Amino acid sequence: MQNDDVIWGIINKSFCSFKVNTKTHKFCRNEFNLTGLCSRVSCPLANSQYATIREENGVCFLYMKTIERAAFPSKLWEKVQLSRNFEKAVAQINENLVFWPNYIRQKCKQRLVKITQYLIRMRKLRLKNTKKLVPLQRKIERRERRREQKALIAARIDNAIEEQLLDRLKQGVYGDIYNFPKLAFDKALHDEEEDTDDEEIEDEKEEDIDAEVEEELEKDLEEEEELERVFVAADDFAESDVSDMEDMAEEDIEESDEEEVDKPGTSRILNKATRSRGTVEIEYEMETEPEPRVKA
Amino acid sequence: MSSESENEVDVKEEKPILEDYNELIRKANKIPVKHKRREEIRKAIRQKKKLKKKDRDSRRKEAEALGEDAPPKQVPHTLESLREKDETMVNHEGSDSEVEEDIKIDEFESYFNQSYVPKVVITSSANPCLKTRLFLKELCQVIPNSTAFHRRQSAVKKMISSSIERGFTDVIVINEHNKEPCSMLVTHLPTGPTAFFRLSNVKLTKHIKRDWREITSHRPEVILNNFNTRLGVTIGRMLGVLFHYDPQFKGRRVATFHNQRDYIFFRHHRLVFLLM
Repeated sequence: MQNDDVIWGIINKSFCSFKVNTKTHKFCRNEFNLTGLCSRVSCPLANSQYATIREENGVCFLYMKTIERAAFPSKLWEKVQLSRNFEKAVAQINENLVFWPNYIRQKCKQRLVKITQYLIRMRKLRLKNTKKLVPLQRKIERRERRREQKALIAARIDNAIEEQLLDRLKQGVYGDIYNFPKLAFDKALHDEEEDTDDEEIEDEKEEDIDAEVEEELEKDLEEEEELERVFVAADDFAESDVSDMEDMAEEDIEESDEEEVDKPGTSRILNKATRSRGTVEIEYEMETEPEPRVKA
Repeated sequence: MSSESENEVDVKEEKPILEDYNELIRKANKIPVKHKRREEIRKAIRQKKKLKKKDRDSRRKEAEALGEDAPPKQVPHTLESLREKDETMVNHEGSDSEVEEDIKIDEFESYFNQSYVPKVVITSSANPCLKTRLFLKELCQVIPNSTAFHRRQSAVKKMISSSIERGFTDVIVINEHNKEPCSMLVTHLPTGPTAFFRLSNVKLTKHIKRDWREITSHRPEVILNNFNTRLGVTIGRMLGVLFHYDPQFKGRRVATFHNQRDYIFFRHHRLVFLLM
């Protein structure tokens, strides 16, 4: 036999597994609870006649429990699907709970209002562009980072770029922009070609001849070096090797004053060979009066 | 008996080889006492290094002595040298007729016919952070004829349709993570392909101690290195299409996309040719 008061006496005084006590309120975690609070009137266990509204996948249902079915727990809760139309749903509630206590009817309608409101909000949010959270996988991230570092080292990007640009220069893509003195330019190119030939392993008899020729050329060209791209900072440019640049167009010297190459990391790499001969370095010292100290 | 004694003598005169030194290291690793173990390991490694150096020097001397007949120089194995050749590798030197045919029909063909000037719009996610904003500005400097545009909350699809109306040809969307730009979505507009890249090691000009104002408005050269497979060719073209097809060599700017082991490294340089 169901005796609500007895049940409530036990649940309230000793232990209820659905009860959660906080500083200000007592909550009921039972899924059929109408208000969510733990009180005599809203406890689904301590009331044999009880009703709730619950929502499943956007559809609201009215659950009702009566004393007659108290002995059949599997058939205890009667489930009525409510219409999608709010007005009609309220009418359905009124119709189903017509002779029920006022409290339950009111609370059911209030709960229906809240549920429909949050369903509307969910639908609106889904239309907006929310950011998709993509979880990162730590191992994979670590692996990829390390592989990238190794790839960077293996890439030797600057060398590759230099080669490409020199190729383009040789093919004449740039036309007449760079005015190198023809003889020196050709000699430098010839020199480079022979170097690359030497590196390849060929089974030809002419190999020896080429080697000899190369040696002679090398002796002649001791002073002139290969055509290559050198990273030179603006200051150094002004000091050294100005004599070598006589033949170059004036525009190159002017442009050297600008900041030259953005290479990440090091700001200048001077080829040792550029200072091979005895270059005279002139240092200028300027005496400036110390600025008068200004007190803030 | 005499033959045995000869063998013994031979064995004693045998030079120690690399295997013996590896054995020493392995033994040293097994000593349970920490300070002793460390010392032994250090000693063994030192000896191994010495042996390797001796080896190297002797090999070099032999090569010099022999001159042209020297055995070929030993080159260490790298990932690049050991990689299995992919079926879809493209032969850049020779003429791969199939590739050429495909290239003529693909979505970028109008660019390579020089029929239009690329116009790029660069955006970010909703509320970009400082780094992303600076990155947008710098990308605008690097890519000619591009505009940075802050989209407040508009959806990407909407933005793309409106940029098609305004005549843009490429869209770049930069997303961020942890207040840094972390990924890039590149779309070629009139129904072109879309690619999604993850960015790492994003360095602005201030990190390289340079000024973004030094990037002039001359149209840069583009270098695409190592895009060797069919997929690589497509991606390379996609990146190249962002830039103008007719570079101004006077400006001496070059933008490089270098592909190494499926990582694409981007660099922007100002260059000078010096005859030394």
